[in-house]
Amino acid sequence: MTLGMADQAGLGPASASAGERQPATDASLIYFSSASGYTRRFVEKLGIPAAQLPLHTSQPTLLARRPYVLLLPTYGGTAAQPGAAARGAVPKQVIKFLNTEHNRSLIRGVIGAGNTNFGDSYCLAADIIAVKCQVPVLYRFELMGTSEDVAKVNEGLEKFWTHQSQKPA
Amino acid sequence: MTEKLKLIDGVEAINWNRIQDEKDVEVWNRLVNNFWLPEKVPLSNDVQSWATLTPEEQQLTMRVFTGLTLLDTMQATVGAVSLIPDALTPHEEAVYTNIAFMESVHAKSYSSIFSTLASTKEIDEAFRWSTENPNLQKKAQIITDYYRGDDPLKRKVASTLLESFLFYSGFYLPMYWSSRAKLTNTADLIRLIIRDEAVHGYYIGYKYQRGLETVPEERRQELKDYTYELLFELYENEVQYTHDLYDGVGLAEDVKKFLHYNANKALMNLGYEAMFPSTLTDVNPAILSALSPNADENHDFFSGSGSSYVIGKAVNTEDDDWDF
Repeated sequence: MTLGMADQAGLGPASASAGERQPATDASLIYFSSASGYTRRFVEKLGIPAAQLPLHTSQPTLLARRPYVLLLPTYGGTAAQPGAAARGAVPKQVIKFLNTEHNRSLIRGVIGAGNTNFGDSYCLAADIIAVKCQVPVLYRFELMGTSEDVAKVNEGLEKFWTHQSQKPA
Repeated sequence: MTEKLKLIDGVEAINWNRIQDEKDVEVWNRLVNNFWLPEKVPLSNDVQSWATLTPEEQQLTMRVFTGLTLLDTMQATVGAVSLIPDALTPHEEAVYTNIAFMESVHAKSYSSIFSTLASTKEIDEAFRWSTENPNLQKKAQIITDYYRGDDPLKRKVASTLLESFLFYSGFYLPMYWSSRAKLTNTADLIRLIIRDEAVHGYYIGYKYQRGLETVPEERRQELKDYTYELLFELYENEVQYTHDLYDGVGLAEDVKKFLHYNANKALMNLGYEAMFPSTLTDVNPAILSALSPNADENHDFFSGSGSSYVIGKAVNTEDDDWDF
């Protein structure tokens, strides 16, 4: 398989910001998956090159080299009351990645993984990033996704990048 | 009964500063932050709404909730506790005690709903029904047999199927009422339970998968076959239970779609592929949006018409979420 962490080849030195050597990636899909691995398994089913963000914030984060779509899960919010906004929805590892301005400038869209059981917080992390970075939420799916989700995302991403390449720079 | 009570073999003082599996801490924190009590939900605001239901609809609602009470009671006093002796880390044991207690809170919260909305006679009648309904008793029996069995991984499968599948023939109804602007405070309470069950199913399913990593391929295959078989057995019983409850109000077919949808999610929590095709899981959008306002696929870029998509949707964010 050509997936998952495969793209950590091409570890160009890129720009060493904050004194940390950030492995660079040419993948157009960058994702975060926790130790439970549901999001990683969805990405594996897509069968397209993708780069996984490091599991721990102590590791140097990736540096994107081309426009990309970010795929990330929301593990439910922690709002104590119904209707209240959940806190801490965006994983710290993703925040670290987006704290690099260069990475923010190349994000083109977000895909969210989650569980509708989390109500208002379903895929909340994707919504938060979409608003902050002014990019669309392209798709949402639950847990590790069904075969329909895989087909829709593959088809959608292909059209999306074709459309993007036709846009004036 | 000469069965020997199985307890954990040895206990050492739990050290939360030495963590073997970060998921234990993550899930513990999530559960603690999600903690709630039924007293915080203004159920009495549903009294007027309750009076607009027909006697048949009221009876259905009471029965659905006693069915859910039974499952929560089982999970609190048998299910979550039965997982403790097989825990891989001391922190996992602690998480199960949290799950067990929260299931007791869930079970009690149905009694809060009952005492707010119904008379003692109606309540007693509904509990009597729960002890006599064959399909409800059968699902309880199937699961408790596995909890008493001697296979730790099968216990986790049974527990995940309970958390992520068996509740949903019941959860459907408050979501349905909510979509009709009825019993909306009750629905708020049920949504808190639904959220908790998702964390429980996720965690027990995760621990199952960690367990699978330690056994040979042959055993993995056996457990996979067992999972699908058990799901089928439970599913057949759920279909009968659903018809028994919902035929009178004409909702059985709609409920079954919700069952298929959640059966797929239960399988995914265990790391297996979804089984029901999308033609059988097309849950009524009103139910899905009662569950989660973001679940409407039409506001996703890939699925929607595109023109209707608006990027600048306001979301309240916290500094914790974003710290550039």
